[in-house]
Amino acid sequence: MDAVKIAPGFEKIMPQEYQDLVSDGPYGRNLSVKDLGTFKELIDEHPLCAGCTLTLSFRMVLASLPNPENTLIVTCAGCFGVIHPQISLHCTIAPFGTHNAFASGLKRALKVKFPDKNKDVIAMAGDGGFSDIGLAPTFHSWSRGERFTSIMLDNECYANTGGQDSGMTPEGVALNMSPLGKKFPKIEFAQVAKLAGCAYVATATPTKPRLLGQMIRRAILISREIGPSFIRIATVCQTNYKLSPIDGYNRAKGFESQIFEYFTQEAQEYIEGIEKKSPKTGLNLGVGAENED
Amino acid sequence: MKEKKTVSPEYMILEAPREKKFLIGNEALAEAVKRANVDVVVVYPITPQSEISHLCGDLWAAGYIKEYYRGEDELHVMASMMGAASAGVRTFTATSGPGTLRAMEPFSCWAGYRLPIVCPIMGRGVGTPANIQPDSVEIFYLLETGMIIFHVESPQDFFDMTLQAYAIAEQPDVHLPVIVFCDGFFVTHTREIVEITPDDEFLHPYDSNLSPVPAMDMEAVPVRMARDCLVIKNNFISYNANASWQQEVRAARDRARKHIDRFMGGPLEVINPDAEVLIMASGSAAAQARVAIEMAQEEGIDVGMVKIKVIRPFPAAEIARLAEKVKLIMVPEFNFIGWLAKEIKAVVNNNAKVFSGPNVFAGMTMPPEVIVDELKKLLKLAKLRR
Repeated sequence: MDAVKIAPGFEKIMPQEYQDLVSDGPYGRNLSVKDLGTFKELIDEHPLCAGCTLTLSFRMVLASLPNPENTLIVTCAGCFGVIHPQISLHCTIAPFGTHNAFASGLKRALKVKFPDKNKDVIAMAGDGGFSDIGLAPTFHSWSRGERFTSIMLDNECYANTGGQDSGMTPEGVALNMSPLGKKFPKIEFAQVAKLAGCAYVATATPTKPRLLGQMIRRAILISREIGPSFIRIATVCQTNYKLSPIDGYNRAKGFESQIFEYFTQEAQEYIEGIEKKSPKTGLNLGVGAENED
Repeated sequence: MKEKKTVSPEYMILEAPREKKFLIGNEALAEAVKRANVDVVVVYPITPQSEISHLCGDLWAAGYIKEYYRGEDELHVMASMMGAASAGVRTFTATSGPGTLRAMEPFSCWAGYRLPIVCPIMGRGVGTPANIQPDSVEIFYLLETGMIIFHVESPQDFFDMTLQAYAIAEQPDVHLPVIVFCDGFFVTHTREIVEITPDDEFLHPYDSNLSPVPAMDMEAVPVRMARDCLVIKNNFISYNANASWQQEVRAARDRARKHIDRFMGGPLEVINPDAEVLIMASGSAAAQARVAIEMAQEEGIDVGMVKIKVIRPFPAAEIARLAEKVKLIMVPEFNFIGWLAKEIKAVVNNNAKVFSGPNVFAGMTMPPEVIVDELKKLLKLAKLRR
């Protein structure tokens, strides 16, 4: 927790928002999505489009971290390439598509450096980052059993570059590099994750925040103890799909039918064991405080 | 992990007793890696680099390296190195030829992220037509990546310069990646006497608290910190931050010069500096030039030699000074394009006296006789011109 505190004498020159993080941030408090609005969030302003459901998902992910004081995020080019300097965690941008390779090196090095401490690493990228340019390192990090969580924020296109089709764009959608409609179907990425050896695979939507939060926690805890985990958060880029924010939200709501969870047997037993221990806290698993310095 | 006796780089490089061993270049390099107390190694096989990757695997299995794996390809190995080095541990990897080119995107990031990664490159032919033979063309691609670049002449250099690379890369006022480049096969697979330090003395562990950029480990303040500069915002402050950051990388590389003087005895080795003619060379070409100047001197030619050990930061002032009184400079190279001659021409006054060649490539050898013959032709030409 010392990593958060302001060194004596520097209180006055640190910006108010940082002081708020120290006095009212989520570190060491075991908060969850249902506490949103009651604490200083890890991100509270951003330059992305108004009403973006992907950004909303991102905010929920940050609010669901079981252990924010020991969480690190690796991103790459994409919409959160733009917001990564504003996240109140150690966070970096890897060369496009290499996020899971970067995270592999980072996680293993942190294990060498802090053998007795959990350091949760999250590789977070868009649908193009995972399914197209980053497919090889993503697949290989899973097949090596790397102990970190991969989160795909799937908005069904390359959004930050101006709206082009990605491997995760549904067939038939006309975008800037598929002017006659995309000619081939959306990749079944959850199947790729299962085949590559993920211990936990899930699809979430921002329209079910508590479920999304539960999935994030499960994914992170499983990646600590059992094996790699992958979550796809199903949204749509309303800017490039030319939707109003409310239509974008409704479209994401339509994805609720895609929600699913897959566990390996070992992962399932592990999660059941933890959730049995703290049934009353329910979704808020009560894990993380044990990691206190 | 065994208890290790650790020592300072100053002691290991400058003072420690040395023992003679009969080693090929790759084995000499592995001895250096063993002594460097490396935390994380990620490698991908390619000829002629593969052997050092095997030897690192053996070092890991024996407990000398803490973490080791074979990555998926060079692009992602070099990205994994970024992750590991960002966390604040000591790292090592190596590659060759096409692997270097595949990894160019992360290579262009390492210096900007201020990561003190040490990466030997065993140079070989690249591109068309396909070729695995010794070549130093890759350095040309790496010159402006912001990295420090050493060029190795012999297995002895490979041992020394790798340890010197760690010592210099990790200086708080430098903190940059170092490429330790050798011409493949000529150095990697040549066996000669190498003087190495005791094998029970290891460098002190890397201390990420001395890094000018905080380690990415959620232990360093402040938590609202992006490891890289604010690259993606569209406003003056972020343009300014990015511009200053790029200049600082180059300034840090220049600050390496004093450490190069201390640990390497300077960026150059000069033989007979007052001669009328100087052969300036790096890597294996310097090894051939070393023999060639003796042969030429026997024939009465007043010739000296400058071995350029450090390609970046380029020893521009030293080379310009040496060139002042010389009538002719000849630059033999193991590549087609003659990048070293271009570098020298760019810093020497009256650079019409700088001649590129002989340029040998695609696996051809450069016998010292060829250098002497070329030198005689140049001297005849120079006389005619006068």
